[in-house]
Formats: sequence, C-alpha cells, structure tokens
Amino acid sequence: MIVIHEEKCTGCGICVKVCPTGALSMVSNIARLEEDKCTLCGSCVSSCPFGAITMERKAQTVDVSAYRDIWVFAEQDNGVLKSVVLELLGKGRDLAEELGQRLCAVLVGSKVDHLIPELAAHGADVVYLVEDDIFGSYSTQAYTAALATLISRHQPNILLYGATHKGRDLAPSVAANLGLGLTADCTGLSIEPQDKLLLQTRPAFGGNLMADIICPNTRPQMATVRSHVMKSLEAQPGRTCDVVREDIEVSPRSITTKILEVISSTTGGEKKVEEANIVVSGGRGLGSEKGFQLVKNLAEALGGAVGCSRGAVEAGWMSKTRQVGQSGKTVSPELYIAIGISGCIQHVVGMRSSRVIIAINNDSAAPILEVADLGVVGDLFEIVPALTEAIKAR
Amino acid sequence: MKHVVCVKQVPDTTEVKVDEKTGTICREGVASVLNPFDEFALNEALRVRGEGDEVIVVTMGPPQAEEALKKCLAIGADQAILLCDRAFAGADTMATSFALVKAVQKIGQVDMIFCGQETLDGGTAQVGPEIARQMGFSQVTYVEAVEQIKGKFATCRKETDDGYERIRARLPLVVACLPSPDFNPTIPSVMDIIAAKRKVMTAWTAEDIGGGAEQFGLAGSPTQVVKSYPPPKKGQGVVIQESPEDSVQRILEIISNKGFTA
Ligand SMILES: Cc1cc2nc3c(=O)[nH]c(=O)nc-3n(C[C@H](O)[C@H](O)[C@H](O)COP(=O)(O)OP(=O)(O)OC[C@H]3O[C@@H](n4cnc5c(N)ncnc54)[C@H](O)[C@@H]3O)c2cc1C
Ligand SMILES: Nc1ncnc2c1ncn2[C@@H]1O[C@H](COP(=O)(O)O)[C@@H](O)[C@H]1O
Repeated sequence: MIVIHEEKCTGCGICVKVCPTGALSMVSNIARLEEDKCTLCGSCVSSCPFGAITMERKAQTVDVSAYRDIWVFAEQDNGVLKSVVLELLGKGRDLAEELGQRLCAVLVGSKVDHLIPELAAHGADVVYLVEDDIFGSYSTQAYTAALATLISRHQPNILLYGATHKGRDLAPSVAANLGLGLTADCTGLSIEPQDKLLLQTRPAFGGNLMADIICPNTRPQMATVRSHVMKSLEAQPGRTCDVVREDIEVSPRSITTKILEVISSTTGGEKKVEEANIVVSGGRGLGSEKGFQLVKNLAEALGGAVGCSRGAVEAGWMSKTRQVGQSGKTVSPELYIAIGISGCIQHVVGMRSSRVIIAINNDSAAPILEVADLGVVGDLFEIVPALTEAIKAR
Repeated sequence: MKHVVCVKQVPDTTEVKVDEKTGTICREGVASVLNPFDEFALNEALRVRGEGDEVIVVTMGPPQAEEALKKCLAIGADQAILLCDRAFAGADTMATSFALVKAVQKIGQVDMIFCGQETLDGGTAQVGPEIARQMGFSQVTYVEAVEQIKGKFATCRKETDDGYERIRARLPLVVACLPSPDFNPTIPSVMDIIAAKRKVMTAWTAEDIGGGAEQFGLAGSPTQVVKSYPPPKKGQGVVIQESPEDSVQRILEIISNKGFTA
C-alpha cells in the first residue's frame, strides 16, 4: 500500500501531476490519496523529491542461498550463435566475478556441440549441453521443458536471455512454468551492493522512463536483455570450459506446434539491421520505392545495413524485417543515419541508444533532430546523392 | 468456438512528456488509449471468427478501463469483462497473467486467447506466453495473421528475427499479435456505438474469479520496481541548416573523425 508521510510533504504537487489515475490531490497543502483510484504503480513514490511517499509490502522470507551461478541461454539458429549470446557472456563474466560464482552457458539443440569452443573463448566456465533431434527446430514447449528441468536440477542464481524473438517467446514461458519473476528488455544489469541482488534496468513507457527492478524472492533471477547494449569480451582462443551433457526427455506428443514453412527475407549476404555497426535508415520522406534506392546506395557506400521506419514499410518499399522501432528491431550501432524519418517516439525507442546519430530532414521542427548528434536540415534529394558520391570517392 | 481477447488501456506514450524541472514523467492530460497491439488482436479475432463463434474481451484494470472495453464492443466484440479489484493493484506480468488465467477458467471452454504482442506502457511481451503456460495452451508469438482455423488446428503467419514462419498450432491456443503493416484500425460508427450499449459488460472481483489473495496484485508479483527515473539525456547535439555542399562536408567530418568501421 501507498503511505504518505505528512510530516515530510511540502505540498509541492509533483505527485499529483505524475499520478496516471488521478488518485492524488492536494488537501490543505498535503497530498491525499484516494485508494479506490490507486493502482499502486509507484510513480508518485519515485517522483517525490522529499521521500514523503513510500510503498510498503509484506515482507516474505524465502531461502534463496542455495542458488548459485550465472547462466546464459546460448540461443542458436541452425548451428550459429546469436551475437547477443556473446554480449551476455561478456556481461555475465562481470557479474560472475563480482559474486564469486561461475558463468555457465546453456546450449540446447541438435548437433550443436561445435559451438562449445566459441562459448568458452568468450568467457563461459561451464557449458550445459542438451542435444537431441527434438530440439533441432525451436518449439516453445520443448525448450521450456529443457530449461525448466535444468533449473530444477542445478539451481542457478541468475539466468539471462537475449531479447530476441525466441528469447521473448521462451523466457516468459519458463517463468510461468516455475513461478519466477522476469524482467523484459533490460539495458543495464548490475549487482546491488547491499543484498547482492541483480539490479535490472529497463526502459518503460516507450522509452520515456527507466525503471530499476529487483526480484528478491524467486530464483533464478531472470531477465531478457537487448542486443548491442552489453559488450562481448575479446575472444580468447584455446580457453577451455567444463562440458556437462544433460539428458532431457521430451515427449513429441507434448509439442503442439509445427513449423510448416520458413520464409526468410534476408537474402544471403545482406547484413541484418540489428547486427550491423552502421545503419542507414530511410522513411516516408524518400517519396517512392525509387527514391528509397538513395538509402540503399549510401548504405552500400558505407558498408552498412539498410533500415527503415514503419512509414517505409507501410508504403511497401521495404520489408518489415528491416523496420526499426517499437514494433520492429531495436538497434544500437556505432553510427545511425536517419533519412526522411520524422522521429516519432515509436521509431526513436528503437534507435536512440546508437552511439552517433545523424539525421537529414527538411523540416526544422522534426523530432528526429532532437535526438541527433548532427541534425541536418535540408533536402535529402540534394544531400544524400552528393554524400554517397563523396564517400565513394574517399 | 469461444475466443477471448485480452486488452489493456494504456497512456498514449506518444504524448507522454518528461517534466524538465522535476525530471519526472508528467501524465497530466495524457489521453488513455486502447493498446494498439490489442486492437489488432481483436481485429484478428473478429476476422477469423466463424458462424456462431463468440468473442469476449477481458481487461484487468481500474474502473476507467471500462472505456477501452466500450470501444472493443463498438468494434465488434460480443461481450466484455472488467477485472477490477483493489487486490489486483500493483501487479507485475506474473500477477496480471494469473488474474487473466483465473478469468479465462471462469469463462470456461475457451478455444483461443488473443493477446497483443506487447503493451505501450509495460512493453514486456510477457503476459501472453505466461497465460499460455499456466493454461497449458499452445503458444505462438509475433503473429501477424491467423490465416486459418480448421478443426482442432490454427495456421498462423509469425514474424521471426529474419523473416517469417507459417506455424500450425493445435487448439486451445494463445496467440500474441503484432500489427501487420497494412493494418488500419476500424473507426466505429455511431450505429456501432449505440449497438454496443446493448451488449453485456460484466465486472468481476478477485473473489469472483477465485484464487488466493497472495497471488494477485502487489503480493503476487515476484518483481519489484525499486526506482524509476527519466532516461539519461544524450549530449547536446547540433542542428545545422546550410547549403547542400556544406551539409555534406559536415557529415563527412563526423564520419571521418569518429572512424567508423562497417
Ligand atoms: C503501435 C505502434 C507501433 C509502431 N511501431 C513503429 C516502429 O517500430 N517503427 C517505426 O518507425 N514506426 C512505428 N510506428 C509508426 C510511427 O508512429 C510513425 O508513424 C512512423 O515512424 C513514421 O514514419 P516516417 O518517419 O518514415 O514518416 P513520416 O512521419 O511521414 O516522416 C517523413 C519525414 O520525411 C521528411 N521529408 C519529406 N521530404 C523530405 C525531403 N525531400 N528531404 C528531407 N526530408 C524530407 C519529412 O519532413 C518528415 O519528417 C508505430 C506506431 C504505432 C501506433
Ligand atoms: N491488465 C491487462 N489486462 C488484460 N490484458 C493484458 C493486461 N496486461 C497485458 N495484457 C495482454 O498481454 C499483452 C502483452 O502485455 P505486456 O506483457 O504488458 O507487454 C497485451 O498486449 C494484452 O493483450
């Protein structure tokens, strides 16, 4: 419940403004709460500059000391590791050192043991290997069974997944299976000094707000983590690790989904937008499919990947798999160039963590210019071809 | 068949502003909208419904969430249920999915549950899969189209990290829906809105759906938010308005200075 400490309240009214449900009001200069309207979202607690509002919950005592080690779900696709796995190992290494626990990778699939050296080289102390034909193509049910069984057998302290399509499909299923807490799409992880809990930072409200989240009473502490925000370690070839083979029986009858067809829209060789170091994105401002070619040309000259806004997808110029933003991919390349993109919040949440952002737009009031390190106001049809030529001439 | 659509009312995040002085989110005057992902999910449910199928929308939220349900009824849902109780307050995804599961069990005989892929405010994408696991239903996420429901199976077109998959899933099934690029929300007519007033809207409390008080709301939430704050501001950028030649020059300077590698 929310408690207002009247002696600390100065009547500044900030809490009244931030309350999303209108549950707070000022009565003779002191905050008053209408319990019926309050959803316990906690906005007022963190907004109060004077610590006059607190949220109290019933204390629970659960023995969590038996749970040890940091685990990383080693997601692979057709025998190739996702790049986020190496990033998670990089971060996991820090956490493992800080807690004095081991860093373990969980590798599930069919014929995937060739990936073990790569996991070891990037920091894993142990690889739990689950190999069977039934794990050859991903299914929520088989993979949930594998993870849940391993967790029950070995009791890890922390379990991290990439916030990929599969990671976000699997992690909540495992969480519900075992009744665990789970934090989605983290952009920061650290160990909280007092209780040694995993402090999980994630953006909420379309990136307008950051939240720090803990999970004190359930183990493992689980999180999905965005790609490109953690740094992988330099590979140490020849570094070895322990390999623990695990037998897990999953009945084929318990799997109720079947992949009928795989339609890949990344033709061989094309860089995926979420894995590229340089991304050149175009929006509705390109005017036509032919206009969009300017974006592709620039991307090619820079050796980067092509991205786009939803505007370009809606117009039918680009495939949805290249869309950056809330309902598309989250990217954080070294360099992001936004061309003819207005910068609606749903686009910006997908790219705002890029290291350097350059935007080209002819509207000096376009919101994209506010997030850009260099905002160029001008006609893209003049600037982009000239820029491409200049880069080619370097 | 009986289809349940889980919908949530969310603040319109495109309007949310950070108060520069206090560094807090200012939600005064920010409109509430039906989560667009959920609106798409409802559309899919209505699009694939067969003769005699029933589409029921459910939301867990404060009393004003009724507005979102009214909109769903006007769009075409047959019935709406509001889960509303002090006991539900402060729920994380686990406690939310638990309440929704209890409601689905009370409704009974449900063949498909349509969720949005994620919400604008929480954006966790967790509630759908958590419902699926607790109900023991099949699960397909990132669904852009439910192509067909035939006998005991549904075929879905699902987005993956690098393309699409067509998946066949046995009912009962939870789908988490992602608006396809060509999705245009239906704007209900005045007639639809009037017709919606005659449809059934029910409110259920924690007691109505059963389950222990410690499983709902704040008490039933394994995760705890310890702090929230506005994102760190990026260093001030510069905005220039110069001739095309000079603009190109300025861009080249940045690209060369920072020495990017592809
Ligand atoms: C639930 C939901 C999810 C969404 N998810 C996403 C998402 O994942 N990704 C996404 O991008 N959007 C998303 N959107 C849509 C988003 O709100 C915007 O509609 C979209 O990003 C706009 O695309 P745009 O910037 O290309 O087009 P516009 O907003 O039309 O912008 C075009 C820009 O081009 C500029 N321009 C025009 N001509 C020129 C010229 N000659 N030279 C230079 N500049 C020019 C204009 O000034 C304008 O700023 C989502 C929306 C919703 C409701
Ligand atoms: N309070 C709620 N009431 C009903 N459905 C919800 C609620 N919260 C989430 N959902 C459903 O779960 C989906 C995913 O939500 P989230 O996990 O918050 O991103 C949403 O798109 C809704 O379909």
